[in-house]
Amino acid sequence: MSAPAVSPIWGFIARRVLLGFVVLFLVSIVVFLATQGMGDPARAILGRTATPESLAALRQQLHLNQPLIVQYITWAGGLLHGDAGMSLAAQEPVSTLIKDKVVNSAFLVLIAGGISIPLSIAIGSYAALRRDKPFDVAMSLITLVFAALPEFVVGVLLVVLFATTVLHVLPAVTIIPPGAGPWDDPAGLVLPTLTLVLAVTPYVARIMRASMIEVLESDYVEMARLKGLPERVVITRHALPNALGPTFQVIALNLAYLAGGIIVVEYVFNYGGIGSALRDAVYNHDIPVIQALAMLIAGLYVALNLLADVATILVTPKLRTRL
Amino acid sequence: MSVYNPLVTNEPPLVQPKKPSGVLRNALTLGRTRVGVALLILIAGIAVLGPLFAPHGPQEYLGLLPNKGPAPGALFGTDHIGQDVWSRFLDGGREILLLAAAATVLGLAIGIAIGLFAAYTKGAVDDVLMRGMDVILAFPAIMLALVAIATLGPSFWMVILAVGLTNVPRVARVTRAAAQPIVERDFVGAAEAIGVPRYKILFGEILPNVLSPLMVEGSLRLTYSIGLIAGLAFLGFTPNPNGADWGVMIQENYIALSVQPWGVVLPVLAIALLTMATGMIGDGIARAAAGIDRLRSAE
Repeated sequence: MSAPAVSPIWGFIARRVLLGFVVLFLVSIVVFLATQGMGDPARAILGRTATPESLAALRQQLHLNQPLIVQYITWAGGLLHGDAGMSLAAQEPVSTLIKDKVVNSAFLVLIAGGISIPLSIAIGSYAALRRDKPFDVAMSLITLVFAALPEFVVGVLLVVLFATTVLHVLPAVTIIPPGAGPWDDPAGLVLPTLTLVLAVTPYVARIMRASMIEVLESDYVEMARLKGLPERVVITRHALPNALGPTFQVIALNLAYLAGGIIVVEYVFNYGGIGSALRDAVYNHDIPVIQALAMLIAGLYVALNLLADVATILVTPKLRTRL
Repeated sequence: MSVYNPLVTNEPPLVQPKKPSGVLRNALTLGRTRVGVALLILIAGIAVLGPLFAPHGPQEYLGLLPNKGPAPGALFGTDHIGQDVWSRFLDGGREILLLAAAATVLGLAIGIAIGLFAAYTKGAVDDVLMRGMDVILAFPAIMLALVAIATLGPSFWMVILAVGLTNVPRVARVTRAAAQPIVERDFVGAAEAIGVPRYKILFGEILPNVLSPLMVEGSLRLTYSIGLIAGLAFLGFTPNPNGADWGVMIQENYIALSVQPWGVVLPVLAIALLTMATGMIGDGIARAAAGIDRLRSAE
């Protein structure tokens, strides 16, 4: 009996995807159970003055009188079909309510990621090449400080600096009229994007620097140098590709981190995305919206981590052969 | 899904764990640690001693207009309902420091216990515990805290519990990773052979050997806890919505930022300096623990 001639990488990917689904399943149970404690949705809709009869009727309609397990299956089954229920506050389907907000947030995260990832790779690599020189030392301190600052502190300080108090050059809020996208207000995008870039770049730059230093000290880079290759070729052909491996992991984690960071940052700039929507839903106890957004953000997290694991394996020959 | 420590370069740890006291002493020779400690003393000093020097009560109305700029009797003006910004600032640090410290201690205690237990027990228990940590890590920390607080209300203990819980998985992973090689060492086997109870092996034999990475992780967790608690208050979730608290002050006065910036600027700067301080101290300890700077210059 010979093993089928399939690359072992597929087995690895299959296992990771399976594990991702298991995690998502557990996450859905956690979200469902946690939101059970947030009070009675029927009462939240009808208010304090509701009669017992109308409450009972609405509970019936919302399937609240069924066993928890049935409720869970109804809810999770609906999610799989793209039906996340009705918002308690807006009396609209959750999917209609958050559709535009998902686009707005994705746009913000993608620009922030598109700027911060190349920037941090450049800063990290350059700092590694100029190790212990003034650029490296300065970057080490600057990234240390920005990595420690909470995102909303960075956001508020930027607003004070550029919008309201010191300078008055940029708007303090992002205004997205209904039917328009955030791209229609480029000036309003500058500060939220900058906040997220400042929140993410330090992390990736620090990891990139460490990983580049490790590669630069490796035998094969030494070998390439001893062969007499020009330093430029050593760096771009031998060092950089190998240093990017661990950085993939960090980039994915940071995109996932952006998905969490937008909650506070969107609130700072009153940006109409899923972050501020989640904040409002939690504030108003709008349970179906909380459930949908929590699953969305957690799903993004799991997917990005999965991609990072697979990408790391693909670019790292040592790990690939170990499968 | 692997963990990473953004404030720490990913150098491999030395084989022989260093004594925690020696690590702290080495950390204090680094400039960044000293600056961090000085900043921490300054901000913690304001938080602890501030209330003694506050000219007015935190909830005292001055009889001035709300959102008024600096005026006689109100050094930094008044806030959104006419209370003294300076007095509220001096009064507003204790709560956030206390909450953050408690959440960090809670996260460390539970995380260390889980990490040690997982590393020592191995096998299926280890797998189940660590996959459980993965599930918690599948949520951004702020979302986890938001959902927990929305469920049970933003009481004092709920904030500590929610923020502490977000610290647990990361602490557990760091502890487990550091403890795994220690578990294989002979002295652990020797302790088992003479019948030392399991909890004594975990906390008496293994824990002392993993303290250095935990000190680094602890300061990192403290940094995040401060940011998370202040962030939650900024979003409007706080145990004490009318009280003086730096996060609450930012939230209340943010709307009037363009006319009266001080109500926002003072607490934002305090939180910024505080997180910078704990971040710098953590980085200093990390460098001292890994011997990064020292080893490199000796090469």
